Amino acid sequence: MSSRNKILARWDSLWVIRGELSRRTYLMFALFGMLVPLAAWWGVSVSGWMDKVFMPGPMDVVSRAYTWFMEDELSHDIWISTYRVLAGFTLSAVLAIPIGLMIGTYRPVQAMLEPLTDFIRYMPAVAFIPLVMLWVGIDESSKIAIIFIGTFFQMVLMVAEDVRRVPITQIEAAQTMGASRAEIVSLVIVPSAKPALLDTLRVTMGWAWTYLVVAELVAANSGLGYSILRAQRFMQTDKIFAGIILIGLIGLTIDQLFRWLHRRNFPWMYKK
Amino acid sequence: MTTKISIQAAHKTFGSGEKAIVALQEVNLEIGSNEFVTFVGASGCGKSTLLRCIGGLESLSSGSIKVDGAEINGPGVDRAMVFQHYSLYPWLTVTENIKFSRQLRAGREELTSSDVEAASGRADALINLMGLNHVRDAYPNQLSGGMQQRVAIARALLPRPQILLMDEPFGALDAQTREVMHDMILHVSKLEKTTIVFVTHDVEEAIYLGQRVVVMAPRPGRVDSIYQVDLPEQRDQDMKLAPGFLQQKKAILTRIRETAGMHTDYELLERMTQQAAQQNDMQ
Ligand SMILES: Nc1ncnc2c1ncn2[C@@H]1O[C@H](COP(=O)(O)OP(=O)(O)OP(=O)(O)O)[C@@H](O)[C@H]1O
Ligand SMILES: [Mg+2]
Repeated sequence: MSSRNKILARWDSLWVIRGELSRRTYLMFALFGMLVPLAAWWGVSVSGWMDKVFMPGPMDVVSRAYTWFMEDELSHDIWISTYRVLAGFTLSAVLAIPIGLMIGTYRPVQAMLEPLTDFIRYMPAVAFIPLVMLWVGIDESSKIAIIFIGTFFQMVLMVAEDVRRVPITQIEAAQTMGASRAEIVSLVIVPSAKPALLDTLRVTMGWAWTYLVVAELVAANSGLGYSILRAQRFMQTDKIFAGIILIGLIGLTIDQLFRWLHRRNFPWMYKK
Repeated sequence: MTTKISIQAAHKTFGSGEKAIVALQEVNLEIGSNEFVTFVGASGCGKSTLLRCIGGLESLSSGSIKVDGAEINGPGVDRAMVFQHYSLYPWLTVTENIKFSRQLRAGREELTSSDVEAASGRADALINLMGLNHVRDAYPNQLSGGMQQRVAIARALLPRPQILLMDEPFGALDAQTREVMHDMILHVSKLEKTTIVFVTHDVEEAIYLGQRVVVMAPRPGRVDSIYQVDLPEQRDQDMKLAPGFLQQKKAILTRIRETAGMHTDYELLERMTQQAAQQNDMQ
């Protein structure tokens, strides 16, 4: 076989449906996927097609992030935003997991709570902002409350669905071994649903960041979302870019953390 | 032989009104202590339903099921069940799966501390009996289907159930693995004196394993006929080729076919063959 054919065959083998990819090749493709948009962005900014005011280049953004860090309060903004997200998200999770577990396990609870939750979930969380401000005020708790409203109801329904996906034979096997209802919940349903629950948390964490920005755009005087809004007033597009990218990076980090937790806690899912 | 399970006038209806399905109609059956009874019959004749009722996972619409003379009330540790698949706990290792019932209060109550040690020994004994020693720390999804079923059987046997209910436990296995499992389960039934109720689609399997083969018929689900198996107690694979075995197999298969109300439409096949031939000619 000529070397050209060999390269073609190797190239073809990458595109096997649901095929395997070595870690190195995977990283190469991942890097490629990140670098192409970055290069395109850089290309557009140096070409001069667009006014710098509207489209700052990557270097402008980096240097803006640097001055934001040195002369302004970037670390405080990051900290306060992360704190709000984690507080709202944790509150959501602590309540949604037991409630979703009950909905997915006991029919009467499902009948009582699921239609209600479904109904509330379709109300736009953003529309609650005026109410939240009236009820909770405009301090930290109002931002946490908005993140909570945005994530909680979705999370309840997703947890309930995760719990319902536990195979009935796993439950029945426990019943025939004499397990009580409490034992079935704690020894079968919870451990069986855990991996799916962690994935649900990972996905809802993304939404929590979305609602953070909403909350800070409306009522805050610090934080990444707030800084983005203020930058708009002063036409600091580079700062807007920096803020958005930072949120993306923090999100990516948390996401990877969740994935790492998944691999660490559920090794049986990764062994073959 | 003393009666272990006694089923009297068992009825089971799913749904109500026009859409009601009679899954079991007037089922009467006595199963002896340490008997091995197999159930065959066309799809939908209520085999699984009957087994689930004995296991207490489903309740009868009317009639009664008694074990040792006492009416059953829901699932109990005296009746273990082995399902066709997906019943192992994927987050537990083989050993942890097998020992699962020991974490349960129902399993612990009857144990004294010396029993606990004996039970630990029992887990080891079962692991050896099932040939699972080399995979005892593996997770279920690392095992083949046959291995997984061995784990499920060992797990069911751990609390020394008096009755083992099996619903097509080897349905998904290849022929060779099945043969090995057959001899293994026969061995277990003799060793542990367990009463075994075994549902299958495979008539050969039903005769080879069973002391009696119960044929059920669908719509409504009911017991159609019962065949006594005349094989020596010690079975071996060559018996499957003996004339008596084949005769009984044929009789049972014919009976199932008659009750199923389904048959090959030879006329239709003939017409399709002719059509295909015509099309070939035209080309
Ligand atoms: N939970 C249920 N709800 C409604 N109908 C059911 C339910 N379980 C079983 N049935 C019906 O009862 C009848 C008997 O079902 P069953 O599963 O006992 O048959 P089976 O003999 O085990 O069939 P197969 O050989 O296909 O496993 C079927 O018509 C089935 O559709
Ligand atoms: Mg069945």
